[in-house]
Amino acid sequence: MSAFVGKYADELIKTAKYIATPGKGILAADESTGTIGKRFSSINVENIESNRQALRELLFTSPDALPCLSGVILFEETLYQKTTDGKPFVDFLLENGVIPGIKVDKGVVELAGTNGETTTQGLDSLGARCQEYYKAGARFAKWRAVLKIGDTEPSELSIQENAKGLARYAIICQENGLVPIVEPEVLTDGSHDIKKCAAVTETVLAAVYKALNDHHVLLEGTLLKPNMVTPGSDSPKVTPEVIAEHTVTALRRTVPPAVPGIVFLSGGQSEEEATLNLNAMNKLDVLKPWTLTFSFGRALQQSTLKAWAGKTENVAKAQATFLTRCKANSDATLGKYTGGASDDSNASESLFVKGYKY
Amino acid sequence: MSSFTSKYADELIANAAYIGTPGKGILAADESTGTIGKRLSSINVENVESNRRALRELLFTTPGALPCLSGVILFEETLYQKSSNGTPFVDILKKGGVLPGIKVDKGTVELAGTNGETTTQGLDGLGERCKKYYEAGARFAKWRAVLKIGQNEPSELAIHENAYGLARYAVICQENGLVPIVEPEILVDGSHDIHKCAAVTERVLAACYKALSDHHVLLEGTLLKPNMVTPGSESAKVAPEVIAEHTVRALQRTVPAAVPAIVFLSGGQSEEEATRNLNAMNQLKTKKPWSLSFSFGRALQQSTLKTWGGKEENVKKAQEAFLVRCKANSEATLGAYKGDAQLGEGAAESLHVKDYKY
Repeated sequence: MSAFVGKYADELIKTAKYIATPGKGILAADESTGTIGKRFSSINVENIESNRQALRELLFTSPDALPCLSGVILFEETLYQKTTDGKPFVDFLLENGVIPGIKVDKGVVELAGTNGETTTQGLDSLGARCQEYYKAGARFAKWRAVLKIGDTEPSELSIQENAKGLARYAIICQENGLVPIVEPEVLTDGSHDIKKCAAVTETVLAAVYKALNDHHVLLEGTLLKPNMVTPGSDSPKVTPEVIAEHTVTALRRTVPPAVPGIVFLSGGQSEEEATLNLNAMNKLDVLKPWTLTFSFGRALQQSTLKAWAGKTENVAKAQATFLTRCKANSDATLGKYTGGASDDSNASESLFVKGYKY
Repeated sequence: MSSFTSKYADELIANAAYIGTPGKGILAADESTGTIGKRLSSINVENVESNRRALRELLFTTPGALPCLSGVILFEETLYQKSSNGTPFVDILKKGGVLPGIKVDKGTVELAGTNGETTTQGLDGLGERCKKYYEAGARFAKWRAVLKIGQNEPSELAIHENAYGLARYAVICQENGLVPIVEPEILVDGSHDIHKCAAVTERVLAACYKALSDHHVLLEGTLLKPNMVTPGSESAKVAPEVIAEHTVRALQRTVPAAVPAIVFLSGGQSEEEATRNLNAMNQLKTKKPWSLSFSFGRALQQSTLKTWGGKEENVKKAQEAFLVRCKANSEATLGAYKGDAQLGEGAAESLHVKDYKY
């Protein structure tokens, strides 16, 4: 057979399509314990379970925010946490039309013999883990592969390894009822121009879809989480329209129409940049057979985190800030964002960290 | 770079898009001297140059036919032939808004160690030949790769060889101003069901688009000429709607939106079958970011040939028969065919020849 049609096929197709609903997108709140620790230390908050629970509760219970979201990606710890009045986060999200997802990769390790290139771990017992997550209420998963641009990068080895890892992860998810988000992130680090990023993105995506086909992945039950096509971090910026044009062209050349939705990562972009770029893509007058939406972490939470600073008395303010970014991005998926949603400078702050490690 | 930048890029993109104009399609009149000999002998006509010329003149000067066509594929001899009043065929076509195309492959040869699988020849000196054809007025080319379904077929070798042959041909064409039609035909021969054909078609097309990406082909300046997805020739027939569903799904899973048009081959289908299937595809309510049209040889000419019988006095009637099929297929590209075309002699006749060799 070409595509594996297991017992979950109809559900996978339905879930993937729902996540891709225009007007909605994904909140990536799957920071590992180590990573959330870095965020907390930037606002002088102790990295303990109760604070991690408090932050996620703040986000999930923000009045009117959930209608802007179709999914939230969680870290394993969060999947089993509850609100302060005892309701499992998973139930709370589902009741509000938001599908819980789970990060299932186990981080990157270096590929020996390369110039710092990596592959992603997490395949061992992945099937069994997916089954557990499905029981706990998760209905989609995420696995981040990372590639970089350099003189001789990404190498053929790195492209092949990461594409195949993604394909293996994807089929295991589908066997166990989880829609796999396929994330082949090409880092922005570097002094290359936008055309170089476009070429690399196209090459990587072509390899990814060949691997998915080889592994019999049901494309209608997947989502893609790519980088936007931009100049390197050390290069001059370009307008959202230029980013939109290069990004959509790259996707039209590589992503089969069977994929229902493309949910962009924000990389090191500021909250406002990410929203403006997504908006420009949705305004582009060219045929796009998949919806274009967001799966943002930092670009949805940055100013909210700062507004909260770990203090209960700041929760309402922080929630209002969060709602502003959710609405802005919801509008951007419809090409309706008019800019300047947040009047605090945090929204324009670049979130780029060189050689960013989760 | 991912796709290379040919000096002909804009022209390639414009020509490929034009060929995909809704309401139009391609007449495949590129039968080699040997193959046209078989056709002519079936109507007791001598295979001499004047008869070959007369047949093509009959087709190209049919009143009302050229508006249904965006392109005609020619064999090399025909590219340099003229009508009886001395007008080059190429000029007649251009004046009628029809792009001349040229078959550039040199047939198939067997792959040693396989069970009768083949690869296609024609790469030697292809660049030079394309330049000459461009000078003679050709603006697109065609190369037919052939695969078959069997117990162990198509093998990974056959898929790979044919995909990479197509990719090499495609980029050489683009370097020289010709839009490459990429034709990976999976023969209908066999007793397999439609699901098997779908699986093989998806696998083959995925390999093709990976190869095209590897070879830096500009997808916006190409066309795809695939088989429809059908049951094997020895299996029970199915309705056009079923063929349409499986075919379009296979294409959604493999053909990037950057490809402007898909021009189906008719294989061994009768004239009427081919038209009905194309019509059903265009009526299907689903994502189709490329236009779906025809590139028919036998399925456009069969009844015309029979009506002509090589006789001058039959030309007018034969041209009427040809116009009927042109109009029917033009309507089919719009999903508007009502199945009421005056069936010419043999229009419902299967054109399947087991293990067909051009």
